[in-house]
Formats: sequence, C-alpha cells, structure tokens
Amino acid sequence: MNRILITIAIFLVLLAACSSNTTETNSNAEAYIENKGSDTIVNLALAWAERYQAEHPEVRISVTGGGSGTGIAALINDTVDIANASRKIKEEETAEAQANGVEPVEHIIARDAIAVIVNPENPVSQLTLKQISDIYSGKISNWSEVGGDDRPIVRLSRETNSGTHVYFLETVLRLGNSDDKTLFSTDTLLLPSSEGIIAEVRQNPNAIGYDGLGYVPKDLKMIAIAEEEGGAYVLPSIPTVNDKTYPIARDLYMYTNGEPTGIVKEYLDWVMGSEAQQIVAELGFVPASLTPSD
Amino acid sequence: MEKSLNWYEFVITRLIKASGYSAILFVALIFFFLVREGVPALLEANLGSLLNTRWYPIEEHYGILPLITGSLIVTMGATLIAVPFGIGTAIYISEIAPRWMREILKPLVELLGGLPSVVLGFLGILVLSPYLRVLLDLPTGLTAFTGSLLLGGIAVPTVVSVAEDALDAVPRAYREGAWALGATRWQTIWRVTLPAARSGVLTAVMLGIGRAIGETMTVMMVTGNAPVLAIKLGSLFAPVRTMTATIAAEMGEVASGSTHYHVLFFIGMVLFLISLGVNVAASSVVFRTKKRAERILS
Repeated sequence: MNRILITIAIFLVLLAACSSNTTETNSNAEAYIENKGSDTIVNLALAWAERYQAEHPEVRISVTGGGSGTGIAALINDTVDIANASRKIKEEETAEAQANGVEPVEHIIARDAIAVIVNPENPVSQLTLKQISDIYSGKISNWSEVGGDDRPIVRLSRETNSGTHVYFLETVLRLGNSDDKTLFSTDTLLLPSSEGIIAEVRQNPNAIGYDGLGYVPKDLKMIAIAEEEGGAYVLPSIPTVNDKTYPIARDLYMYTNGEPTGIVKEYLDWVMGSEAQQIVAELGFVPASLTPSD
Repeated sequence: MEKSLNWYEFVITRLIKASGYSAILFVALIFFFLVREGVPALLEANLGSLLNTRWYPIEEHYGILPLITGSLIVTMGATLIAVPFGIGTAIYISEIAPRWMREILKPLVELLGGLPSVVLGFLGILVLSPYLRVLLDLPTGLTAFTGSLLLGGIAVPTVVSVAEDALDAVPRAYREGAWALGATRWQTIWRVTLPAARSGVLTAVMLGIGRAIGETMTVMMVTGNAPVLAIKLGSLFAPVRTMTATIAAEMGEVASGSTHYHVLFFIGMVLFLISLGVNVAASSVVFRTKKRAERILS
C-alpha cells in the first residue's frame, strides 16, 4: 500500500515538473499584432503568423476568423491592427471608419481563383459562366446540352461551411447578383475536402467540380471559362488571374488603420516577400505579383 | 479480521452499484445536454420548416427530412448486409468450423472490427465507389449503397462476436439431444441452437444496427452528402446525406448559439431517440420471448 502511495506521489511530482516547464516558454514576447477577419484567409494568415513568429520570437500574432465583415467592423472600432477581407471594403464602411478616426489602407496580399474541373475523358473544354450556373442549379443535367457526350452530369461541391463554396455560390451560381436566390441543385454532392472532389473527378467522366486553382493536380482537365456568351474563353493560370481576364478570381486583402508603421509594417513587408508568397501558393491561392502593388 | 472484511464488502458493493448507476447518469446527462441545446431549434426555426425537404443551412433552409431518410436508408442497407453475413459467420465459427479454423477466424474477425473507419472510407472512395459506378452503370459511385456496403462491413464483426458468444453459451446437451433424436446438423442449428440463443443473437443484431447508424467518418466520405429526400426505390443507388455526416461536417464551423447550431443539436437528439427506440424495441422482444420460455418450462 505504502509503495503505491509513494509511486503516485513521485508521479505527481514529475507531472507538476512537466507542466511548470511548458508554461515557462513563450512568455517573452513583447510586440503584439491582432489580426482578424475573413474565414477564407484565416488558414493563410495562420500559416504566415506561425512562420513569422518562428523567425521573430519577440512578435506575437493573434489570428482569428469570423468573416470579412467581422474583421472590417473590428478595424472600424480600432480593436485590430490588421483586418483580413476577401472582398473590397464598402464605401459606407470607409465612411463609418473615417467618422471614427480610422483611415483604412488596402493591401492586396494574395489572389484566390477557382478552377472548374472535369475528367480528362470529357470532351467539353469550355463553358460560359451562365452554363456553369445552369449546371449547378440543376437546369442542365446532361453533358450533351453543353456540347459533350450523352452522360448525366454529377455535380460536386465543397461543403457549405467552406469559403470557396460561398464564393462559388455568389460569383458563379448567382452570377454576382446579390438579389438572386438560386441555390445549388439538391443532388449536388457536398464533399468534405478538396481531395474528395479531386478523387471523384479523376475517376468519374460524368463529374464536374471546382476547387482552388492551387489544389488542382495536373492530370485533371480545367475548363476555360467565358464571362458571357461570345466572349473569349480563358483558362485559369497565374498570369490570367493576375491580369484579371479569368472571371472566377478575386483579390484577398488586408486592411490597416493608416499606412502601417513599426512591427505591423515589418510584418506586411514580410507578407509581400517571396517566402510568404511561397506559402500562398502552397495553400492553393495565387500569389499576388511579387512586386508590391499600388 | 471479520470486521475489515465487512468494511471491504461495503465499499466494494457501493462502488459496483455506483458504476452501475453511472451509466444511467451519463445517458441522462447527455440527453439533458442535447435537449438543452437542441430544443431552442424548435423555437428559432419552427417545426414546419424543420420538417421541410430542403437542407441548406447557410441560407436558413433547415429541413431535416432528407437527413433522416438518408440515415435510415443507409442503415437499412447495412443491416440487410450485416445480419445474414454476421449470423452466418457466427454459426460457422461456433457450430461448423473445425477447431484450427475457428482459431484463425476469430482473431481475424476481431481484427476487422478494429479497422479504423476512416481507412475503410478511403478504400471506399478509391476502390469501391469507382468499381460500383462501372459495375452498376451509375452516374456516380458515391451512393447510399456504397455506404451500406462499408457500414455492413463495419457492423459484421460486432454481430459476429456477440452472436458467436450467444451460440457458444447454448449448453452442449441441447445439441446432443437433437442429434440423438436423429436431427441433421442443419436442423439442429436452425431449430435448436439458434432459437436457444435467440436473445443473444437479437442483441447482436441491435448492436450491429447501432454501430451502423452512428458511424460517421465512412458515410461522410462515400455517400456523397447530397441532401436529397431518399424515399424512392432508386434512392439506395443515389447520393444521400446522413444525420451523422451532417453534424460532423458542419459542427466545426458553426457559430455557437446560432440557429444552425441548435438545429445540429436537434438532429443529434433525433439520432439519440432513434437509437433509443431501436434498443427499447429489441429489449422488449427479448423480454417477451423470455417470458414465453418461462411459461413453457413451468
């Protein structure tokens, strides 16, 4: 009995020693950057923050999501240093900020492009935005209606909680019209991951899917997209995204209060540098042009 | 000496009693939590919209009927596969197989039971679903049927090990009696051993169903997650979305306290009630057959 007690006591002492050890680290940070906003960017911002903190242990960066609106609202109230947004700040938001003594300054930190993908066996290689919208809303259900074989169309989408899903819904399905209440056809397969979509498109000639440009492997076929009937069909690539000819792409922003200074400026300069932009590509986004944009 | 023995006895009986009651306590606490988080859904999104057929939570369409039918159809398919296979395997292991075969089969079945469901899901996406699509000429291989097959596979080990224990517990004298009366081996199994082990076999079936309806990862990976109302005969071969997959896919991102959050807990409540129903039905059947057996014996 005594021996058991002693063992437990030793164990507890060791445990206490371990826990006190782990709490000691990480407390010597001096500078603090608060970063909040878009859920689309949150993974990118986290990856950046982790790498930056590893290189600059004196800086602590706190990243939270919540959506672009949340981030910008926090900037207006001056409770964050950097607001992440996957859309441009609205005029009324700028006005509200200025009334609060905050001057939002925009930085394009990356671009997000969505590629529409099909199986390489599928003869269809170009579609208009309207056709893609009709496919996903269920108006078109056979590939022969858009110039392909007589096969049923299997629609693949990301889950509803994905930022890509929402962006695709707004930009493609509803063609950017905010009054449009079109929904995805109910038989759209909602797959929990990019890999799920890619695996299904790879083996199924009936399938159509979409994914962030950076995630699409080389053995799948990307669809060239025209903004409207008669327009030029454009394949997604880093140049076509950066010159804005590819229609399903958007800029991703960080907003600061006034021109950034001090550690925030150092951080943003690092973000625009090649190391951080390399992380952009790894996470499936398109790097913003390596020279800082103005 | 006598006294300390009594004292030990006292503590141990109390401890055993407490662990027995703790199961009830935990179930009650879980249910209480589900109700607390789930019932507000009835107020925020009224019952009419919950019983709708459109599930698109980010635009406030909270119809959970497609999810319920999705879970039911996948579970039904899995049960149809797991029950004959599982009981058949159990009979083979317990009644027919020679000893060396039994010694190989039993650990293998248990190994199958230990296979992580995410691994099965992977196999489902990469091997089974492409194969089924070509074999059955379907638009896509990510269907309720694919899920049923894999869930059946997951439930089989549960059914086998419980049913096999039940068959094993049937006294040898029963079989010897049947053989002495000139019954064949099959007649003995079908008319004597299996009925004698009925309550254990039924428990095995119910545990298998419970395993299937609660399984999440595999169905999320292979059933396609399309919230379609699955009430047609062909629905088994079309994509469906189950309740478990919905909760797993959406709970991570939902804002705590929002309507969507409460609706997800409401789905959890429905799921809980369904498995409670299955269990109550099973135990009432077992109870009734036991009573009849007692009547005959007395």
